[in-house]
Amino acid sequence: MNAIPLTPVDVATAASLLVLDAGLSLWLNISVHRQLFIAATRMVVQLIAIGYLLKLIFSMNSPAATLLLVLVMVLVAAREVAARPDCRFIGGFNLAIGVGAVGFATLVTVVLALTTAIRPSPWFDAHYAIPLAGIILGSVLNSASLSLDSMLSSVSRERPAIEAQLSLGSTYREAIAPLARESVRRGLLPIINQMSAAGIVTLPGIMTGQILAGLDPMEAVKYQILLMFLLSGGSAIAAVIATYAAAWHLTDDRGRLRLDRLK
Amino acid sequence: MTNGLTLDGLRSLLAGPFNLELLPGACAAITGPSGSGKSLLLRMVADLDPSDGHVSLSGRDRNEWSAPDWRKQVIYVSAESGWWAENVAPHFTADWTAARSLAERFGLKKELLDGAVARLSTGERQRLALVRALLLTPSVLLLDEPTSALDENSTEQVETVLREYLAAGTSILMVTHHGEQARRLAQQHYLMAAGKLKAA
Repeated sequence: MNAIPLTPVDVATAASLLVLDAGLSLWLNISVHRQLFIAATRMVVQLIAIGYLLKLIFSMNSPAATLLLVLVMVLVAAREVAARPDCRFIGGFNLAIGVGAVGFATLVTVVLALTTAIRPSPWFDAHYAIPLAGIILGSVLNSASLSLDSMLSSVSRERPAIEAQLSLGSTYREAIAPLARESVRRGLLPIINQMSAAGIVTLPGIMTGQILAGLDPMEAVKYQILLMFLLSGGSAIAAVIATYAAAWHLTDDRGRLRLDRLK
Repeated sequence: MTNGLTLDGLRSLLAGPFNLELLPGACAAITGPSGSGKSLLLRMVADLDPSDGHVSLSGRDRNEWSAPDWRKQVIYVSAESGWWAENVAPHFTADWTAARSLAERFGLKKELLDGAVARLSTGERQRLALVRALLLTPSVLLLDEPTSALDENSTEQVETVLREYLAAGTSILMVTHHGEQARRLAQQHYLMAAGKLKAA
């Protein structure tokens, strides 16, 4: 069994639903038709562009090109992580945390999956490396940004409590430990939810995609399980790095709380 | 070197330099307008804010102490107390009976210690934060408006206990808005204005 190829007419038929949306928006005076149109256009342009880019990179068969694309993806994700929190470090340290957390977590999980479980040949084959990096990045980005936001905002909010403990002789590490634990937990919630709901509430995207592409459901399920494990591993690494890098940068050699390093 | 707490050219970008000597059992009071740097000075002495210059206790420079050890000997009690657990009890690691009896001397009901922090009034929090610090028997207490939320009666109870600690050799550096309180407790008087300390 193979994937059923789509013709332009098929896609255009589906696009008619968008016209229906726009009509409803006008009729009910919700005025989202403009946003809807812009978002849909962006989506089509972005996806076609990445389609061509992937085609190009697959044909180039060059590890350097693959690595370059993955790096660009990591940087874009890191920027998202850095921009999300309300409280930010002075001097670009947010971005450094983003790059560190997202980059390291993605690298470790992708290389692990490619060299042990999936094992394409060569292991850095762009057909596998790029989609895998993309899926893991999405999850890792989510975790890192939730953890970073949680850590920075809770430390700012709990300043009197932290400094009261420092004043009574606690170490900085002791004083922030509960906040750090909570931040890591925050970062892991999405993947925990995702795993709990998988198969009951949702049919995960990869599995659905592979079934649509004609793969046997059990094979698709195995892939999905493997991916979920990779995602939980990557998320945990990213959550821990984001949390503790932020915690570490909020103190100094005398164990003070340095909120002056935040904007 | 002398006994007690010595500040020698202690300064930050915002305040100082400060020079001050506080012998064991002595009390110094600082008054002055809001925002003049009074709390900042206490925070710098406790090493909660970065500073330059020298601070020493019993002739031993602050840098020879680990930061937690220093802060445990030179305890800063902020004007707004901080709490990190839901209930009052986990905030007291020291002797529980001592905590109860000291709280009682501050006019606090016994039940308060078994309850939740959220149910305490500002004045009750202020006194319990002071109890928390006193139980560690520090060498120096840095008190930031210790009775700002208290009525006359409670203020008197607190001052009585503070006098006992002074008599036992604890030094107190306090910021207060009450000139009366400064006169009652302190032998050394200072006025803070625009980040500079003047003897008053």
